[in-house]
Amino acid sequence: MLSYILRRLIAMPFLILGIVTLAFLLTTVVKGDPLSAIVSERQMNNPEVVAAAKARWGLDKSLPERYAIYVTNLLKGDMGTSFITRRPVAQDVMYRLPATMELVLSAMLIGSVVGITLGVTAAYFRDTAIDHSARFFALFGSSIPVFWLGLALLYLTSVKWGILPGSGRVDARAALPPVVTGFITIDALLAGNFKIFVDALWHLILPSLVLGWTVAGTISRLVRANMLEVMGREFILTARAKGAGELRVVIRHALRNTLVPTLTVIGYSFAYLLTGAVLTETIFSWPGMGSYAVDAARGLDFPAIIGVTIVGGVIFLLTNLATDIAYVVANPRVRLG
Amino acid sequence: MSGTMQDEPLFEVRDLRVAFGKHGNFHEAVRGISLSVNPGEVLGIVGESGSGKSVGMLAAIGLQSGNARVSGSVRFRGRELIGLPNSELRKLRGSRIAMIFQDPLSSLNPVMTVGNQLSEAILLHNKDLSKKAAMRRAEDLLALVAIPQPDRRLQQYPHEFSGGMRQRVMIAMAVANDPDLLIADEPTTALDVTVQAQIMEVLAELQERLKLGLILITHDLGVLAGHADRVAVVYSGQVIEQAGVDDLFARPNHPYTRGLIASIPNMAEEKERLFSIEGTPPALGQFPRGCAFNPRCVEAQDICRQLAPPIHRLGDHTAACHFAAGTVEDTR
Repeated sequence: MLSYILRRLIAMPFLILGIVTLAFLLTTVVKGDPLSAIVSERQMNNPEVVAAAKARWGLDKSLPERYAIYVTNLLKGDMGTSFITRRPVAQDVMYRLPATMELVLSAMLIGSVVGITLGVTAAYFRDTAIDHSARFFALFGSSIPVFWLGLALLYLTSVKWGILPGSGRVDARAALPPVVTGFITIDALLAGNFKIFVDALWHLILPSLVLGWTVAGTISRLVRANMLEVMGREFILTARAKGAGELRVVIRHALRNTLVPTLTVIGYSFAYLLTGAVLTETIFSWPGMGSYAVDAARGLDFPAIIGVTIVGGVIFLLTNLATDIAYVVANPRVRLG
Repeated sequence: MSGTMQDEPLFEVRDLRVAFGKHGNFHEAVRGISLSVNPGEVLGIVGESGSGKSVGMLAAIGLQSGNARVSGSVRFRGRELIGLPNSELRKLRGSRIAMIFQDPLSSLNPVMTVGNQLSEAILLHNKDLSKKAAMRRAEDLLALVAIPQPDRRLQQYPHEFSGGMRQRVMIAMAVANDPDLLIADEPTTALDVTVQAQIMEVLAELQERLKLGLILITHDLGVLAGHADRVAVVYSGQVIEQAGVDDLFARPNHPYTRGLIASIPNMAEEKERLFSIEGTPPALGQFPRGCAFNPRCVEAQDICRQLAPPIHRLGDHTAACHFAAGTVEDTR
């Protein structure tokens, strides 16, 4: 087990290098000229300005040279400077990633808890009204477009009823707590600032609900199907024959046996949402990785595009590893080697 | 323990019926089974798969599936179980009445250690016991069913056990709380032939040592010859013959039982082919008129196709056949 994890970790730098190379090469096949993102349209005819810009951003160098410089810098933690924000990409990512993490983690928490509960309940009360409503709720969550659901709920709760704040991570006028984890909720607690904590939590609720709903839909359908299968197995009968109560039969005996496929979906959804929460982040003006990636792509901001790709890739790798390890814990029949 | 204990059967089933279906469209799989087990007695229930023998015994202790409808009477030490709330049945199951199943691999939870499953069985009925004490008891139980290195085995998962060892674990779990009645549903069917005899030995030894009432459900009459005190033969959801084991083998009073006995492989005789009863048992809800066995019966007459047979009694030997020996006791 330990040697397996070690081997996976050793392989990781090579995989990351592969991702870096691929991300770097992909930007060179893009048609657009990054200069148009740097130099204003009027100045494009001025050869001096263009030459200066090229030299400033290293665009006058050959591709292998640029690649070598990039990789060397990356090793020092430097991901280049964004064309758009004019800040180091690494700095942007350090600000954006925790925002997305905070959103996605709470969405995953809501989605997993709601999804598993719904799936188990639906399976146990199969073909009853409870089952049908749970399945409708799940289907709704996984088939309604996020942007529609987000906008509709935002309109109702924020504009019409005014019970939830509209957008952003926290009230724009608030003085932010010192950054420790980058999660505003946790940083506020660490700073003992309860007011900011509540405000941040209040801002977090709606976007994580919207995002969590889609996850809950997927998870509950999976858990329901697996629970139906497991509840028909003989060891369930054994548990009942032992004198175990229904709750114990369902949770300890059945649910634990559905954990493996569920973990896969949770791991996958997590990795996917970290870079794929674009629509939700846009609707709720959430300053996360998704909206950063969209801005970068639109502005041909190559350093930012490569940076986001690398970070996304690394997150995927780590999530996969975590999922594989969780497998072993959940299923004793899996032996890693 | 009152003095009447000895006279009273440990477990008495009267006219047990189990039907499956929904929306008022039910089919009976168990059509009025009656049998009884005395304390410390081994009752064998024999029948083909689908005859209702397992379904009936599961339903008797409240383990029927959700779409089943159960009626009749099941008394355990004089206490009626049918209609008892699940919370009450739960206190009996695993403590006074235990059960083991056919396939020991699928009967054990694959993601729980054997130790945890054993100690769970103990703790469920001994709420004030510590987890540690339960584990010690679990270790003793594994030793009781002759599993070597019980302390190490406790930490392992079912897939690390062989088939025979798994069934030993199931047996250990069943006797964890020193039950009065053990229902063993085809305990050796899924096992290798060489292991079958060992498991039967373990069961028989424990039955004797713990004075267990044992219901041994099997499709193999041969298994019962050496192990049962009495035998109930089940066909199409009914007990068609019931007798002491020697009496049954010596004087089978029902054509179906005679067929079963004839189809037991016999080492002494050299036969080209093993005898087998022609045809297949009727499907659920498609029982023939008259005697359920009549389409397969070599002795069937017109009356068998018209009238359900009455029960004939000869001492404590009963048989439901128009042509059975004995006095008519009951018309069903």
